[in-house]
Order: sequence, then C-alpha cells, then structure tokens
Amino acid sequence: MPDGATPFVLDVRDLKTVFRTRSGEVHAVNNVSFTLKPGELLGVVGESGSGKSVTMMSLIRLLPMPPAEIRGGQVLFEGQDLAHAPEDALRAIRGARIGMVFQDPMTSLNPVFTVGYQIMEPLRTHMGLTKTQAATRAAELLDLVGIPDARARLADYPHQFSGGMRQRVMIAIALACEPKVLIADEPTTALDVTIQAQILELIKELRQKLGMAIVWITHDLGVIAGIADRVMVMYGGQVVEQAPVRELFANPQHPYTRMLLETVPHIRGARNDKLRVIQGQPPILSKPPASCPFRARCPQAFDRCARENPARFDLGASHDVACFWDFKSGAARHV
Amino acid sequence: MFDTSGARKLVEVRDLKMHFPIRTGLMRRLTGSVKAVDGVSFDIYEGETLGLVGESGCGKSTCGRAILRLYDPTSGSIVIDGEEIAHAPFDKLRRLRPKMQMVFQDPQASLNPRMTVAGIIGEPLQEHTDLTADQRLERIYELMDAVGLNRDFANRYPHAFSGGQRQRIGIARALALNPKFIVCDEPIAALDVSIQAQVVNLLEELQARLGLTYLFISHDLSMVRHIANRVAVMYLGRVVELAPRDALYEDPLHPYTRALLSAVPEPDPAIHDAANRIILQGDVPSPANPPDGCNFCTRCPQVMEICRRIDPDIQEIAPGRFVACHLYTKETEKTAAHAAQSTGA
Repeated sequence: MPDGATPFVLDVRDLKTVFRTRSGEVHAVNNVSFTLKPGELLGVVGESGSGKSVTMMSLIRLLPMPPAEIRGGQVLFEGQDLAHAPEDALRAIRGARIGMVFQDPMTSLNPVFTVGYQIMEPLRTHMGLTKTQAATRAAELLDLVGIPDARARLADYPHQFSGGMRQRVMIAIALACEPKVLIADEPTTALDVTIQAQILELIKELRQKLGMAIVWITHDLGVIAGIADRVMVMYGGQVVEQAPVRELFANPQHPYTRMLLETVPHIRGARNDKLRVIQGQPPILSKPPASCPFRARCPQAFDRCARENPARFDLGASHDVACFWDFKSGAARHV
Repeated sequence: MFDTSGARKLVEVRDLKMHFPIRTGLMRRLTGSVKAVDGVSFDIYEGETLGLVGESGCGKSTCGRAILRLYDPTSGSIVIDGEEIAHAPFDKLRRLRPKMQMVFQDPQASLNPRMTVAGIIGEPLQEHTDLTADQRLERIYELMDAVGLNRDFANRYPHAFSGGQRQRIGIARALALNPKFIVCDEPIAALDVSIQAQVVNLLEELQARLGLTYLFISHDLSMVRHIANRVAVMYLGRVVELAPRDALYEDPLHPYTRALLSAVPEPDPAIHDAANRIILQGDVPSPANPPDGCNFCTRCPQVMEICRRIDPDIQEIAPGRFVACHLYTKETEKTAAHAAQSTGA
C-alpha cells in the first residue's frame, strides 16, 4: 500500500484491460500509466478505439466484466489500489470520491425519475443526508451549474430539459458529493458549439470554485486546447505522447500527434488547399502489441518500429513520447 | 476562390418552406406546425460548393432533403438545371433524379446491410439505365476505383468495411448516374478526425475531375471553411447570412454568425487565451413556436426594440453578401416597415 504523502490524487501504473469476445481477445488498454495532480485538468485525446474511454472506465471498474477483464496494473487513489479493491469499496468511491459525466445526457439520465430524485440519490446514499437536506443541496447544485429557477425544476423530468441543460444536470449529479476527481467522457461532443461554449465556461468556473482534478476525454483538439493543463494522446490502446498543453501543440513529438494536428482545418488564420491525410486505418488490437501500433501509418517508421514497441521516453519539461524517431535530430533515438 | 460572376446558376431556391404538421389527441387534430424551413432563398452556381451551416434543429438537413424533393415542400420554388421540381409530378421527378443525388450522414444506416457493395452501387444503374449486367459491373468497378475502394471487395457486405470506407461506398452510389448536383448531408460527422480528411479530400478531387456542384451541409464550421466557396448560415428555419467564404469567416456580419464562429474552439492554446468569446445565453427556441420578430431576438447580444416586432428580410448589403438583420437595415426602410405593420398591411 502506498504512503499517503503521494503528490498525486490518482496514480495509474501499467494498466491493462482486455475484452474477451467470441472471436478472440481485444487488447483495448496496454500498459497505460499516468498521474493526476490535485486540481489539474488532464485532457485525453484519441480516435474511436484508441482506448481512451476504456482506460478511464477501467479505473473505476465501470465496465461489464466479463467480457472486460483488468489483466494488470495498479490504480492508486486515496491509499487504495482500485484495480484490486473489493466491489464494496469501489461502490463507495464511484459517484462520491470520483464523479463521472458521460457523453450523451439523454441516455445517461433515467427518463422515469425526476431530475431532483436523480441528484438527491448520491447525496442520500453516499452522504447520508435526509430527504429535506438532500433537496436543499440539490437545488444549490442546480443553481451552481447555472439552471435558472433551480428549486422548481427539481420536479421536472429529463425530457423537459434541453440537451445543454441536461448536461448541466449530469454535471450537478457528478459534483453532488464533491468528488476529488471528475471523469468527463466526451461531455460536450453531443452538444452544439454555442452550447458547448457555455458548458466549457461552466467547467472553468467550477474548477476555480471547487478545485477538483478533472480527466477530460475528447477527440476534439480544439476543446482540449482551450481547457486542459496537460494532454495525453492515445493511439492503439497506448499513451503515445504526454505534455503540458502549450508544449504539446507547439512542439508535438510523436508522428501521430503531429499528423493529427495537421488533419484538422482551422477556423482562423491561413487556409490550406489540401488537408493532410493519415493514410490507412487504426490497428485491430487482437494481440498484445509487440511493435509500435502506429507503424503501418507512420511516415517515419523504420525497421526497429516493427521489432519493438517503443517505451515512453522522457524529453524533460514533463514531456514524454513513445517513439523511436527523434524529430529534433532528424534521426533514430539511441536508447 | 470561386468566381460567381460568370457562373451559371444550377440550383435556385426561392422562399422554400417546409412545415411539418403537429397532430395531437385521439382524433389527430392539427394543432400547429414545426416550421423546420421557413422561407429560405439562395442560389448554387455550377461547379461551386455551397456550405450550409447551423446548429442541430436549425433546419439545414430538412432544407437539403426538401431541395431534392425527398420531402414535399409546403411552398416555394426549387429550380435545378432549369427545371422546376418543387411541385413536379412523380414521373417527371423520376426522370430528373439522375441529375441530383445525395450522400447521407450515417453510412451505417444508409447502406442496406443485405446488399453487396456491387449491389448497392449498381442499384441506381439498374433503375435508371439500360446497361447490360457486364456493362454495369464495368461501371461499378470504375466507380469503386474513383472513390478508392478495392475492386476485390465488390462482393462484400457493408459490415465488412470501416466507417470511412462505407462513406466511400455511399459516394460511389451517388456518382453512379453522373449527377450534376450532390447534396452532402453531414458526410463526415460520423467519422474519426483522421478519416474525415480522407473523405473531404476525395470529395474535392471528384468535384475537380467531374465538375460537380455540392451543397455541403455541416455543423463543423472549420471543415466548411475548408471545403466551401460560399457559406449560408441557418438559424431556426431561416438563412440569416450568406456570403463568400473568406468574407464570412473574416468579417461575419450577423450577430449569430459572429457568436457561432467565436464559439468554435481553435486547436491552439495560444489563441484560446486571447480570444474574446461571445457566449450566447439560453437555448434555441422551438421551431414550432418561434418568437415574434427576428428568430434570433431571444438570444441576440445586440437586440433592439424593432427586432422583437419585425422580422428582418434577407438583403444583399454588398456584392454577394446577404444578411437578415436590422443592424443593416436602412433607417428609411425600418420606418416604412413599421408603418406597414401598424396599418395592418
């Protein structure tokens, strides 16, 4: 058991998650390690199938098991290893110490219960509040996330709220027990840009007020640029690069990160006539990777990439990259 | 940049309205209507890409579908390549179908899972041409080459393909009859970032090679900036602004366009710190019950008294720049409109 003096609220080491399906195993998460400091916002970027959601759901074991199976690694949170903790312990943590916001606010709210009931539920289960106390707190929470006339709206059902308002309700539920860590899985992807802008402002405001650490999963580099302190890029179930946000955008070191930044068109500034394309398809993760997962699509790939899966090299300044190619010297890395 | 001055108008849409009835109760009594598209006019020039942007529910997809007569419009006129189709009878419409095609948003839902790729791409050929089976297969192979699909996969089913490849199948099907005009309804929304660029580049290549005209419907303003020559912005069933691409992105006129553009998160942390965002308050009103006056008056940061009473017409305030906003209405016209309204005209 780790000592309580760790500087991290969350310390994930070599996490491996496998899905066992009828047509074989899928190695969705391969040796993912990362840390989260108190109050920090970590952005996790990747395409569908890159393992970003499965990684975060594995932390709190919110995956159907089977078919999912955590095959290795540690998830250290408040002196416990969540990867090996008993189910009871996790139940006390989910929704209380670690809050969650999901992508689609329509499917993650229960349509047959009032919004008030759904906000009060964690307050009553985890914090043991009475019905009246919970109702007062629920109204405060709705007010906190910017829903007008909060007290009256507790009696409304999810369908009586718009998409953006529902996502605010989801955030209110996630914040109900004042979690130390909030996991937000594509929380603005289903929303329109003007509503997304409202939610991003709200999150910035709440961070200052409440000071929780946030893991923000998204495929939208624009959202990440505006909100994250640090960014982790995932590809093929692995972390391929990790750096402070400005460093990552100004000085990307993994070929995938570099290409990803060039494939998205910009709304301001110079306009390219042709978009950069990443040829090919993401890998199928039917085996534990013995080589670099990006190899087949990588313009920099050379023989070593097919023989070994690169470990994460520390580049200093909290920047690390899992690649054998060194863009700075324009040659292979000697490690 | 696309020059509209010498170009021919391929599509002319005038005052298009698409209202859907709301029926309630046991007797399905008509109690109102959803004004999904409520008086939209624009032209699309031959060989250009007109981007149609807006948020969900603004009516952009309905507009695209109505233009191809996938719906029967409530009123208005649609002229494609010189032929009026808004109220054309079925047999005439069928004769015109090969000219106008559509690429749908969700390649999973718009491809029949029980048909092979060859069957899907060949279906329009079977319906509209007299090609023999051999000729048809030749054409199918040609189309598969054109969109970058391996010929060997002609007998596979859609489920065997990735999202990007499925969208290529949808594009090949749309191209089968050599159309002039293609409505692309959010063709990349369901795809991953790295695959989006592949599909957009393909659409651009095909346009250059075949001289296609696109109506490109999307909520992705950055991608529309990349692909479109001119852009129309919709809000609650209306086009609020229409302008050449660079003019629209560099100098948006309508307060909604400004807010929309400023809400797009730019993938550059340095810009984020500097950007002065306009955060709109509230939500889009229901198209079943739009506000009086300008549709945007409930959220507009520059709302004036007149906006709550009189709906601004769309007008050309500079060559090629159309905007529907009282900020750009001349004082004399405002008074005239006011007078007309108060006399009940």
